[in-house]
Amino acid sequence: MGKDNFPNVRMMQGNQACAEGALAAGCRFFAGYPITPSSEIAEHLSTALPMVGGKFIQMEDEIAAMGATIGASLTGLKSLTATSGPGFSLKQENIGYACMAEVPCVIINVMRGGPSTGMPTLPAQMDVQQARWGTHGDHSIIVLVAATAQDAYGQTIRAFNLAEKYMTPVILLLDEIVGHTTEKVVIPDPSTIELVDRKKPEVTPEEYRPYAETEDCIPILANFGTGYKYNVTGLCHNETGFPINDNSMIEKLILRLTKKIVSNCDDIIMNRTLELDDAEIGIFAYGSVARSAQSAVTRCRAEGIKVGLLEPTVLWPFPKNEVLEMAKKVKAIVVPEMNLGQMAREVELAARCEAVVHKLGRVDGNPIVPDQIVKMVKEVV
Amino acid sequence: MFNYLEYVREGNFPHIWCSGCGDGIVLKALIRAMEASGMSRDEAVMVSGIGCSSRTPGYVDINTLHTTHGRAIPFATGVKHANPALKVIVVTGDGDATAIGGNHFIHAARRNIDLTVLLYNNYIYGMTGGQCSPTTPIGSKASTAKFGNIEPTFNISGLAIAAGASFVARADVYNTKQCEKMIGLALEKKGFSLVEILTPCPTAFGRRNKMASPVKLMEWLRDNTVSGAKWEKLSEEDREGKIRTGILIDLDKPEYTEEYKKLTEKLRTV
Ligand SMILES: Cc1ncc(C[n+]2csc(CCOP(=O)(O)OP(=O)(O)O)c2C)c(N)n1
Ligand code: SF4
Repeated sequence: MGKDNFPNVRMMQGNQACAEGALAAGCRFFAGYPITPSSEIAEHLSTALPMVGGKFIQMEDEIAAMGATIGASLTGLKSLTATSGPGFSLKQENIGYACMAEVPCVIINVMRGGPSTGMPTLPAQMDVQQARWGTHGDHSIIVLVAATAQDAYGQTIRAFNLAEKYMTPVILLLDEIVGHTTEKVVIPDPSTIELVDRKKPEVTPEEYRPYAETEDCIPILANFGTGYKYNVTGLCHNETGFPINDNSMIEKLILRLTKKIVSNCDDIIMNRTLELDDAEIGIFAYGSVARSAQSAVTRCRAEGIKVGLLEPTVLWPFPKNEVLEMAKKVKAIVVPEMNLGQMAREVELAARCEAVVHKLGRVDGNPIVPDQIVKMVKEVV
Repeated sequence: MFNYLEYVREGNFPHIWCSGCGDGIVLKALIRAMEASGMSRDEAVMVSGIGCSSRTPGYVDINTLHTTHGRAIPFATGVKHANPALKVIVVTGDGDATAIGGNHFIHAARRNIDLTVLLYNNYIYGMTGGQCSPTTPIGSKASTAKFGNIEPTFNISGLAIAAGASFVARADVYNTKQCEKMIGLALEKKGFSLVEILTPCPTAFGRRNKMASPVKLMEWLRDNTVSGAKWEKLSEEDREGKIRTGILIDLDKPEYTEEYKKLTEKLRTV
């Protein structure tokens, strides 16, 4: 069968799928600094972006890359940066800036083990809490996760859409297995891909106030160069974007930044489930581990053990209602992850003692295989 | 009469700078240079980091971006690369640009991206209360060098030249006309241009170094700076301890966003 018969099916690495997903989402700016296991995203976009009139730049470090990404977004380009563990740590201050100044952008972190330079080429899921709380200050954040190359493609598009919709940085986490596995990706017809673009001001430059109160708590930032002159700062600011010291205004701002995400959990949170309806044991797994968990469910079911899987595709905001619902149905929840229980802790909190939560952590740079999960489930039973 | 009000955000005054601070003088010189350049205010973007000098954009009525400490140049790089039609001005301090932001400073100069960088050099960390900066002179006192600074200092303009900047000039706020002129030339220049502007900080630097009065600091600038033409006439001996101002380098080199555009056009026509 010739390629022409299936123009929409391709073999792709997860990282490449992210790059392709970004292009499909309308991303036209990438700034980055090479780091394993994320570099293929930068490499792919360095050739693809100029072809579509987009901009690529290799910066001197990750801090600069994050800054450039924010600067570019303010001119109206959908902007992306990608990195791994140590680079993600470096980006944190400017990620906080994007939260505070409400600048949409996407950060892909292909996780590697740590702390420090840790395990450059081995899989880990050790940044799931850093993604939530890495930057200083109280803030909201949206963090997506991908389990397959197909997912990497789709989740990158979703990340851009959520960033534009909620005027916020969105983080997409992959683990090395997802980033580096080459597998089938079905590319959807571009006309079927739903794209979101940030709101544009509908008032005159004289009336315009970038952070004016809106019904949905989401500000309208005009693109630089379009005649709307305004100020952007990382300091607490008023609706015109200028620094403030008024305590009640500061509180209002911080609460609004949180509210615009939290009050939209229904729109943001998404999960996949497998055999969960009659399950007695629940598994909570994400990223490449969710794929091992899928096999584990099938194997356990074949042996008559009633197991089901809850697989979040959004890690933050955390799907606490869904976890509680599962906890009420099952006797125990198993949380396999390539760390020492970073999300298991959240699951335990959300389960509110309705079910016992068992951690299955692995930090030796090896994947969690189905056998391990099956064994754990049997122990729990 | 020059109408400054057209350029400033009146509502944000009075400004936050101490009396006797030189930052306001730079603001005025910048506004005059912007006006003289004839640039469209809609297409100008001013980006700053964190520090006293970095509060300048708050007072100028164009698109302004007050970023994180040391990172103005990367943010500005993103703005310029994304939309090269924009005129991008960076305002930064000696600590902001050459300590925490040193890496970005040299790489932007090397890349030769079209930014106009105004670096207010007051030899100290003003905003945080007078700690040592990479330009604090040896022997000078700072709140983190109570016994006198022992670290050698950066020659900021020299650093930018060595890194590859297209245009580098030094100016000071005593010689305001020259300062305005240098900013104007930098705005005109295509490529990475730097104006290192010597400006007094009576509060955090002067007070600790027997120059608490702003007048003393201004007199120091008057007596220790020598503009290009005069400098040429000075003997090696007379140059000792003096600071050369004026244009230090002015070269025509390929500019980053133009090179990127050329590359893109070539790729897309093949
Ligand atoms: C990451 C980070 N570290 C430290 C600071 C604290 N800080 C604010 S301004 C400043 C120094 C500013 O000095 P300079 O750039 O020389 O500007 P000036 O205030 O003298 O104009 C420092 C250290 C900060 N805001 N962010
Ligand atoms: S501390 Fe120094 S630099 Fe800052 S405003 Fe006061 S005089 Fe100016």
